[in-house]
Formats: sequence, C-alpha cells, structure tokens
Amino acid sequence: MSEPAQTERDSFARVEAGMKRRRAAERRFRFFGKCAVGLGLGFLVILFVSIVGNGYSAFWQTRITLDVAIDEAIVDPAGTRDPAVLRAADYGALIKQSLREMFPDVSGRRNRFALYGLVSNGANFDLRDRVLADPSLIGGKLSLSVAADDDVDMLMKGHIDRDAPEADRRIKDNQLAWIDALEADDRLHSAFNLDFFGNGDSRDPELAGIRGALMGSIYTLFVTLGLSFPLAVAAAVYLEEFAPKNRWTDLIEVNINNLAAVPSIVFGLLGLAVFINFFTLPRSAPIVGGLVLTLMTLPTIIIASRAALKSVPPSIREGALGVGASPMQAVMYHVLPLALPGMLTGTIIGMAQALGETAPLLMIGMVAFIADVPTGVFDPSTALPVQIYLWADSPERAYVEKTSAAIIVLLLFLAAMNALAVLLRRRFERRW
Amino acid sequence: MTQTPLLIVLLLTLSSLAYHFGRKRAFAVSAGRIRTLHSLPAYYGLYAALWAVIPALLVLGLWLGFEDTVITRLVVGSLPPEIASLAPSRLNLVLNDIRNLVVGNIVSSEPDAAIIAAADRYRELRGVSTVALFAVTLGLATIGGWLAYGRIRPEQRSRNAVERIVMGILIACSTIAILTTVGIVLSVLFESIRFFQAVPVTEFLFGLDWSPQIAIRADQAGSSGAFGAVPLFAGTMLITLIAMSVAVPIGLMSAIYLAEYASSRVRATAKPLLEVLAGIPTVVYGFFAALTVAPFIRNSGGLFGLDIASESALAAGLVMGVMIIPFVSSLSDDVINAVPQSLRDGAYGMGATQSETIRRVIFPAALPGIVGAVLLAVSRAIGETMIVVMAAGLAAKLTANPFEAVTTVTVQIVTLLVGDQEFDSPKTLAAFALGLVLFFVTLALNVLALYIVRKYREQYE
Repeated sequence: MSEPAQTERDSFARVEAGMKRRRAAERRFRFFGKCAVGLGLGFLVILFVSIVGNGYSAFWQTRITLDVAIDEAIVDPAGTRDPAVLRAADYGALIKQSLREMFPDVSGRRNRFALYGLVSNGANFDLRDRVLADPSLIGGKLSLSVAADDDVDMLMKGHIDRDAPEADRRIKDNQLAWIDALEADDRLHSAFNLDFFGNGDSRDPELAGIRGALMGSIYTLFVTLGLSFPLAVAAAVYLEEFAPKNRWTDLIEVNINNLAAVPSIVFGLLGLAVFINFFTLPRSAPIVGGLVLTLMTLPTIIIASRAALKSVPPSIREGALGVGASPMQAVMYHVLPLALPGMLTGTIIGMAQALGETAPLLMIGMVAFIADVPTGVFDPSTALPVQIYLWADSPERAYVEKTSAAIIVLLLFLAAMNALAVLLRRRFERRW
Repeated sequence: MTQTPLLIVLLLTLSSLAYHFGRKRAFAVSAGRIRTLHSLPAYYGLYAALWAVIPALLVLGLWLGFEDTVITRLVVGSLPPEIASLAPSRLNLVLNDIRNLVVGNIVSSEPDAAIIAAADRYRELRGVSTVALFAVTLGLATIGGWLAYGRIRPEQRSRNAVERIVMGILIACSTIAILTTVGIVLSVLFESIRFFQAVPVTEFLFGLDWSPQIAIRADQAGSSGAFGAVPLFAGTMLITLIAMSVAVPIGLMSAIYLAEYASSRVRATAKPLLEVLAGIPTVVYGFFAALTVAPFIRNSGGLFGLDIASESALAAGLVMGVMIIPFVSSLSDDVINAVPQSLRDGAYGMGATQSETIRRVIFPAALPGIVGAVLLAVSRAIGETMIVVMAAGLAAKLTANPFEAVTTVTVQIVTLLVGDQEFDSPKTLAAFALGLVLFFVTLALNVLALYIVRKYREQYE
C-alpha cells in the first residue's frame, strides 16, 4: 500500500518544485500586462502634455501700448471726413511716427526698420478701425494697444534665448534694448489673444487666427450632417426593418462594412474625380468637403443606426401591428422614435470623426492659403485640421504654439461632441 | 445656381400647399363621413405633396448636375474654329478665362473679342437655363400636385401609395453605399487606365525607381519621370512593420490584462482612456511625431553615435503604432471575452495558473480573432495618411533602415495631387493608380479579416 502514496508524494513534490518558477512566470506576465496598459496611457499623457505645454501660451499675446498722434495732414488732408478717404489713409506712417517719437535717438534706415519691426503689421488696421469708428479722434492723441510682432511675442514668452549669439537670434541687440525700455516704461503687457479667435489665416503669426478654419469646418460639418443623417437613417431603416434576405441586401451589407474600413484618402480621390472633375463643383469649397465626408461617415452612422433599431424589442412592433398599423406605420411612429437617441449618438460620433479628418480635404483643395472668413458653403475655405496641417508646415517659431493652440481647440470640440454623445446615451438609454 | 435655395423653398411651399389642399379635399370627398375614407386624411395630403415635390426635385438634381457640362459644350461649339480646335489642355485654359470673365474676376491677359463674346454667350445661356429651370420645376410641381389632387376619392388607397413612395426612397438611400463603392472603383480605375496607357503596368508594379517629376522641356535634366512604385510599397511596409511592432504587443497585452486581470473599476477607466487614443485626429499625431518624437529620436540616436534623419521611418512608425494600439486592444478584448468561461474553468481545474491558462488555452482559442484584428490594424496603418505626410518625408528610397527617411503610397498621393496641376499628366494620374493599389490592398485585408473573424465567431456560438 505504500507505493501509491509514494507516487502521490512524488508528484506533489514535482508540482511543488515547479511552483516557484510558475509563480514567477505568473507575476512576470501580469507585470507585462500592467506595463502595456501603462505604456498606452503614458503615450496619451505625453501627447496631451506636449500639445498643451506648447499651445497654452498662444491664448495670450504680447501687446504694446503706443501713443499715436493722429495727424490730420496724414489722415485727412482735405478735412472732408469722407470714409473713403479715411479708409485709404496711411496709418502705417502714424504708427511709425509714434515709435520714432518714443525712441528719438534711433537713426539710419536699417535701425528704423528694426524699430518698426517690433509692432505687428496689423497695427495699421487696428488704428484705421478706431479712426473710422470715431472720426473725432483725428487731430488728437490716442493711446493704442497693438499686437507686438511675433518675434517680440516669442521673446516675452521665453522661446527666444537672450543669451544666444546675436547672429542666431531673431531679435537683435538693439531691439532687445528697445523692448527692455518699453517694458520699463510699462508699455508691454500680455492680454488674452482675441485675434486668435477673431481672425482668419495670415502670413504674420501674430495676426493668424482660426476663425476662418473654424467657420469652414462648421459649414462642412453642416453639409455633412444635413446629408448623412437622413440618408443613413433611411438606409438603416430599410436594411433593418424591411429588406428581404437576399443577395442584393447581402451585397449592400458587405459594401457598408467594407466602406467603413476604406482609407479616408481614397474618399478624397473619389471627391476629386467625381465632384470636382465630373460635376465641376468649386474647388476648396465646404460643399465638396461636406459631400466627401458624408460618403465617409455614412457607413459609421448606418451601422450605429442599425444597432439602435435592433435594440428596440419586437414587442413594440408587434403591439403596433396588433392594433392595425401597417408595417410602415409601426416603424415610423413606434420603432423609429425609440431608436432615435441611439441614432443621434452614432451620428454625433460620426460627426466627430468627420471634424478630425484631414486627408480627403487635402485632395479636394481645401488646403489653400485663405485669409478671408468664408460666409457660405460655396466660398473657398479650409477646415480646422487642415489649418493645423498648414501651420505645422510653417517655419516660424510662433506657428508652433499657434498649431498647438488650434489642436487644443479642435480637441475641445471633439471632447464636447463625445461628451454630448455619452450624455445622450445616458439620458435616453433604455433597458427593455 | 445661386437661386437654387430660393427654388427649393418655392418647391417646398408648393408641396405644403398641395398637402393642405389634398387633406381638405379628402374631407370634402368623404362628405363628412370620414369612416368612408380608405386612409387617414393626412395620407391624401401627403400623396399630393409627394407628387408635387419629388419629380420636380429629381429634375432639379439632374439639371444642376449637367447644366455646366451642357453650357460648356454649347459655348465651345460657338467658339471660332481656331480656338475650338485647340488641344484639350489649351482649351481648358481658354474656358477658365471665359468662366473668370463671367464671374467678373480679373483675367490674366487682355481678353480678345472672341473670348468676350463667348463669355457673353455663357452668361446668356446660364440666364436662359435658370429661367427654364424655374419654369420646368415649378410647372412639374404644379402639374404633379394637381394630378394627384384630382385623383383623391374616398376609395383611393393613398396610404399604400405613400408607403410605396417612402419605401422607394428608403431603398434608394440604402443603395448609396453601393454607389459609393462603384464611384470609388470607377473613378480610380478610369484615371489609372489612362495612366497605364502612358506607363506600362509592369514598370509601375515592379520598377525600382520613383521620380514622378516630368520634364517640361526635352532638354531638362533629372526629370525623366520614372514611375516604379516598389520603393513606395517598401516604405509603406517598413512603416507598417514598425507600427505593428509597437501596436501588437502593447495592444494585445493590455487587452489581456484588462480582460483577465484588471478589476472592473480599473477596466472601466482604463479602457475608455485607451480608446481616446483612437479618437484623436491623425493630424494631431502627425504634428506630435514631427515636433516631439522625431527630434527626440534624432537626439537620442546622436547619443549612441547613430545618424538619424530628422524625418525617419522610425518616428512615423512609432507614432502610428501608438495610434493603432486601441484598434488592436479593443478588437482583441472582444475576442478574448468571447472565449467561453468553460475553457477557463477547465484549465483552472487542471491546476493551471492564470497566465498559463491565458497562454495555453485562451490565446490559442482567440488566435483567429486576434489575427483578424491585427489584419484590420494593418489595413488601417497602410491607409493612414497624415502621420506619414507630416513625419515620414518624400524621398523614395529603397531601404530597410528605419533611421532613414522613406516615403509611402499615401504620402505620394498627397504630394502629387496637392497644388495646381493639369489633370491629365501622368504625374497626376499616377496618384490615382496608387489609390487603386491602396484601395484593393486594404479591401483584400478587410475582407480577409472579416472572414476570419466571422468564421471564428461561429465556432463558439
């Protein structure tokens, strides 16, 4: 009888001997798993920190307070106060004059040019708008706060190293001295960057804003939403509620699943070949962007809408049919209203996807430099992600923070849309 | 064109009038006994409204689609023969001048009399077309509404008629997916065929030299126009490989950890957070790769004495891998969760530790699904555009060195098509040929992946 006990003990010992190794393997495996999750989340954190760290400063802007004497001889020599004359006047001369007055000992063409370079080119327009709004300022003195040049802005934000050799610095020694003098005189201050939200694109970083791109994105999304929601809901209702099971509907179904995974740039090629070359719609217009993004987001929304319809229990349909509704009435009056919140959630997620999409818009020419804010779906425009792409390519240091700031705005919009989707789902989700 | 919104508003007004009168007529013909009506009164109204608006909208759509083409033909036909017989590319320039004149833009050179005349004719034709469009659509709407109105009787089955129309609309909407696919295939195929007439297919698919610049003058140097796409395919594969070697281990391990080990609280926070990675626009990743990752890799390579290009395949691949982590992890998570609990319980009953169960039982059982997930991720990586456009560079080099700059199919599509180009040079058409390859490769990967996933699912259901 001792033999079985012996083997039992032996096998226990064998298992026991391996346990240490196996437990270590278990701990290692678990550790790898934790590492993987940690790495994934770590990347997310690095991404956000890098973007926010680069971008938050763009929401502030260095401004210079100038005392501008509005000389009637320059602005309105004839004294007519005619808006056309006032609009065409040389306000740049006034700004330059006020800078010269502040630093009277600056001489020589090159030095003066460097001095004028401290102030943004947009100062002229600020002054013009002030004068046009209130012609009684002419002849008087005005304390005007104007945007500083992007290099000054970068210096004040610490992106330009004061101690670097002068040849490597975009702000030269004489300019540094003037900036210090301005600062000592309390004429330099930092203010919320309204230009960033109010202006279109510009070649001057301190004037460049996202308004044009944002409006372009909004128009594009407007077209996308207006087309894709009804189309997707109709398609989903047919496929889920009425379609017979046959080859044709199978084909449609396979098609939708595959379209959802086609690279977005291919949709751009489609838009270029069909909408622009064949139907000769205008290039760079939100209408074409909207059409392309509609085709791109349709599969997503159809799939979500079908899931929403599927989650409505058959008893609802049967109840409606039982009291004499036709199948169409049962769907339209009873099933569809119950599925609508789910469909809307899917639509918002599709819209968020469309808002972040860049590649197809490059194909249809929404990548041009457009300074004007678009006013309709046929105007040439860019979109927010395309603006980010354009700015990311610009060499000036100031565009780095502009790009990051535009990304922050884009991400905020996406977060808001996703939060809305989650909210809708929480509010209307029903367990049957 | 610009009056289209006005026209649509007018049509909708007509249609709502038709609804109103149709409904009223239903009450009238029932002579107070609504029970004698076959359908609810609103259906009679809808019947009239739909008949008013749908034919008119169809005509409007077709008209707008073909108006420009027809007018352009007519204008070209009326041009003097010496202009009309120009080569197509030159003719397009002339047409552009005419269009610019019509819109009132400044034209580059002083326009000659023939072009001004053509512009006048263009403007005149467009005016005629607009008037005709208004007359035809509004007339159709009135006639359609009137005919439907006349047919309203108590025994008329208007609900069935309305439902048939609505069903027709639903079916039409559901075919848009097919139309899109057909549109994609046709548009890339047609341009590709034109491209392959200039460049042989074999040279495109197997040529080792890619330099799409074409000489404008015959004596220009270095612009031979070579269209061998192998370096692009190689670059795409290199970057995809790097991306996958980041995304697959991290994605798979986090899926396993979240599905098998993590407490439900950790899972509920970590999973959505990981999925945020998939929701970030690719242009953001591209910026991140170019601004943060590429310099970091370049500098750390410098520490080891490595010479790394500032636009290296490594930077683009790494960031793309990060983007793809959630695709791998959430798809693998699904398949791991689909493995029946009985398999786990069986393994535990045999005395296996948790990691042994996962490695020896769950992983093999979930493998087909995981392979499907990885294939989907590969197709996503191949088609990804913005990251590589911003971080991978343009040099078409045939190299397997991840520290060098390579270029990909999508990068070349973007660089060939962004900017002003004539539409019929091989250079532009090459982009469509690349698009064709891209479409079919990703399609094949998707079909394969969906097939594998579906087949696997059936096993356990």
